[in-house]
Amino acid sequence: MAILGAINPMLTVGLDGDRAWRLADYLTRGGYRALRRVLEGKMPQGEVINEVKKSVLRGRGGAGFPTGLKWSFMPRSFPGDKYVVCNSDEGEPGTFKDRDILRFNPHSVIEGMIIAGYAMGAGRGYNYIHGEIWEIYERFEEALDEARAAGFLGTNILGSGFDFDLFAHHGYGAYICGEETALLESIEGKKGQPRFKPPFPASFGLYGKPTTINNTETFASIPYIINLGGEAYLEAGKPNNGGTKLFSVSGHVNRPGNYEIPLGTPFATLLEMAGGMRGGRKLKGCIPGGSSAPVVPAAMMMDCTMDYDSISKAGSMLGSGAVIVMDETTCMVKALERLSYFYYEESCGQCTPCREGTNWLYKVVHRIENGKGRPDDLDLLASVTTNIMGRTICALGDAASMPVQSFIKHFRDEFAYHIENRKCLVPVDVQRAGSGFFTATV
Amino acid sequence: MLTPESLKRIDREIAKYPPDQKQSAVMAALAIAQEERGWLSNEAIEFVAGYLGMAPIAAYEVATFYGMYDLKPVGKYKVSVCTNLPCMLTGGVDAGEYLKKKLGIGYNETTPDGLITLKESECMGACGDAPVMIVNNRRMCSWMNPEEIDKLLAELK
Repeated sequence: MAILGAINPMLTVGLDGDRAWRLADYLTRGGYRALRRVLEGKMPQGEVINEVKKSVLRGRGGAGFPTGLKWSFMPRSFPGDKYVVCNSDEGEPGTFKDRDILRFNPHSVIEGMIIAGYAMGAGRGYNYIHGEIWEIYERFEEALDEARAAGFLGTNILGSGFDFDLFAHHGYGAYICGEETALLESIEGKKGQPRFKPPFPASFGLYGKPTTINNTETFASIPYIINLGGEAYLEAGKPNNGGTKLFSVSGHVNRPGNYEIPLGTPFATLLEMAGGMRGGRKLKGCIPGGSSAPVVPAAMMMDCTMDYDSISKAGSMLGSGAVIVMDETTCMVKALERLSYFYYEESCGQCTPCREGTNWLYKVVHRIENGKGRPDDLDLLASVTTNIMGRTICALGDAASMPVQSFIKHFRDEFAYHIENRKCLVPVDVQRAGSGFFTATV
Repeated sequence: MLTPESLKRIDREIAKYPPDQKQSAVMAALAIAQEERGWLSNEAIEFVAGYLGMAPIAAYEVATFYGMYDLKPVGKYKVSVCTNLPCMLTGGVDAGEYLKKKLGIGYNETTPDGLITLKESECMGACGDAPVMIVNNRRMCSWMNPEEIDKLLAELK
C-alpha cells in the first residue's frame, strides 16, 4: 500500500486489502451511488455541471483549471460524436498519485467518467494510461470488464436510455503525451506532438470531435462531489481550492508515498506525515508541484500551505501535487542537470525554441556540473530561458525553463561556486550518503 | 509474420476504436509485435502498418517516437532504470551504477551472453518506490536496493 496517510480523506477511504479495487468492494463503499443518483434521478446535465462548478474542483493534472467551467465549454446538445478522455499519462517527475488511484480505486475513475460523459453528452471515453505502469493498465481493463458486465457501461445504462462506453489506451514512453492535445494525437495513432490552439479540444478534439480531457484524480473526485454536494466538497478544502487532494511525496523523507489531505493543509504537516526528513537532516529546498514547478527554498516552503493560492504566492505552482523534497546533501546543480536532461530528452522537436533551447539548457548546466562552467553561463542560461518561454505551441518549453530560472534564482551562490571552483559545494561523498542506496535496510 | 494469437490481441485493440479509426490501434499493435518478436524490425513495423491499413512511414514514425519500442535487438531481458531526480535522491543513479558494475556493461549495452540489456529511463511515475526499474516493459520492480537487485539478477536466467 503506497497511500500512507490521510486527513479527512475521500478518495482513499477504505482501500485496505487486496480486493479494494474490485467492483464488489467499490459497491460496498457506496460506489456507483452517484451515477444512480444522476441517471435514475434524471438529473439535468446542466445541474451536474453546476454541482461540479460549486465544488470549485480544480484540475488535478497540474494546470488547476476549474473543472466545471471546462465542462461547460462542451457543446453538449450538439448532435454527433463527442468524447471524454482521461489523462492517466502520469510522467511528470515526482508524480505517482494517479497510479495509486487506478491501482486501488479504478471504479471511482470509471464512475466519474460515465457521469462526465452524461453531463457533456458524450457517448464514448478513453483512459490514456502511462505505458510504464503496465500492471495497472491491465487491472483497469479488468475493472472496465466488471463495469460492463454489471451494466454501468454500454447501452441504456441503468435503464436511463444513456449509452456510454469506455476503453483503455496505453502510452509507450513519451512524457509529452501528458499534454492534452499530444495525448489526442497519440490516441489517433500518431506521434504525440501537441496541436496548435485554438481550436481547443472542446470544439475540435479526438478525431476532430468535441472532447474534454481531465486528469485521473479529477474524474475520481466526481462521484464524491455528486454524493456530498458541491458546497460540502468545497468546504472540505479552502475557498477557491475545493476538496482534498492527493500529494505524492518523494525524495529525502522517511516515508515517501501518497497522502490525501485537505487543500490548505500546512506543508509542515505533510512533511511530518511523510515521516520527516531522512536521517533528521535539514530541508534545503522543495519542488512542490512536479518537476516543472519552480523550486522553493526551505524557509519559504515551511511557511506554505498546500493549495493552489499559497504555493503560487511562494512563486511556484501546486501543479500535480508532486512534492519533491531535497535535503542539505543535494547538489542543486546536479539536481537541475538531471531535470534539464529530462526536458531535452522529452522535447517532441516540433518547435525550434524548445527543441534547440532544451539542448542548450542541458549542455550548459552539464558543463557547469562537470567543472567546465564559464563565467557568463548563468546569464546565458537566463537568456535561453526567456527565448524559449511563451514561444512554443505547448507548455513543455516553459516547463523546462522554470526549473532553470528558479534553481539559479534561489541557489545562485551554489552555481557560482561550481563555476569558480570547478566542483560541487556539497562534497560528492555527502551526496552519495544522502541517497541512502548503500545503507538501505530491507 | 505474427502468430494468430498476437493477431487476435491486435483485433481486440482495433475494436476499441471507431471502425474508420483502425490506426488508433498502432501503439498497442507495435507493443504486441515487440512482445512476440523481442524487437521491432522494419519488416515487423511494415507488417503492422499493412494490417492496420496505414502507410508504413506513419507506423515507423510512431515506433521511433515512443521510448519503449526497441528498434534494435535487445537481450532476453531489458532492464530499464529510472535515474530522474526523485529517484536519484533515493538512489536511482546509484542503482544504475551498481547494475553496470555487476553486469560489466554500460547503458544501451547487452551482456555478452545476450541475457540482459541495460537502459537508462525517464520517470516511470512510481517515485515513491524509488529506486525503480522495469523488466521487459512489463514488470515494475520497486525499492531496488543492492540486495533486491542481486535477487532480481539471480532470477533473470
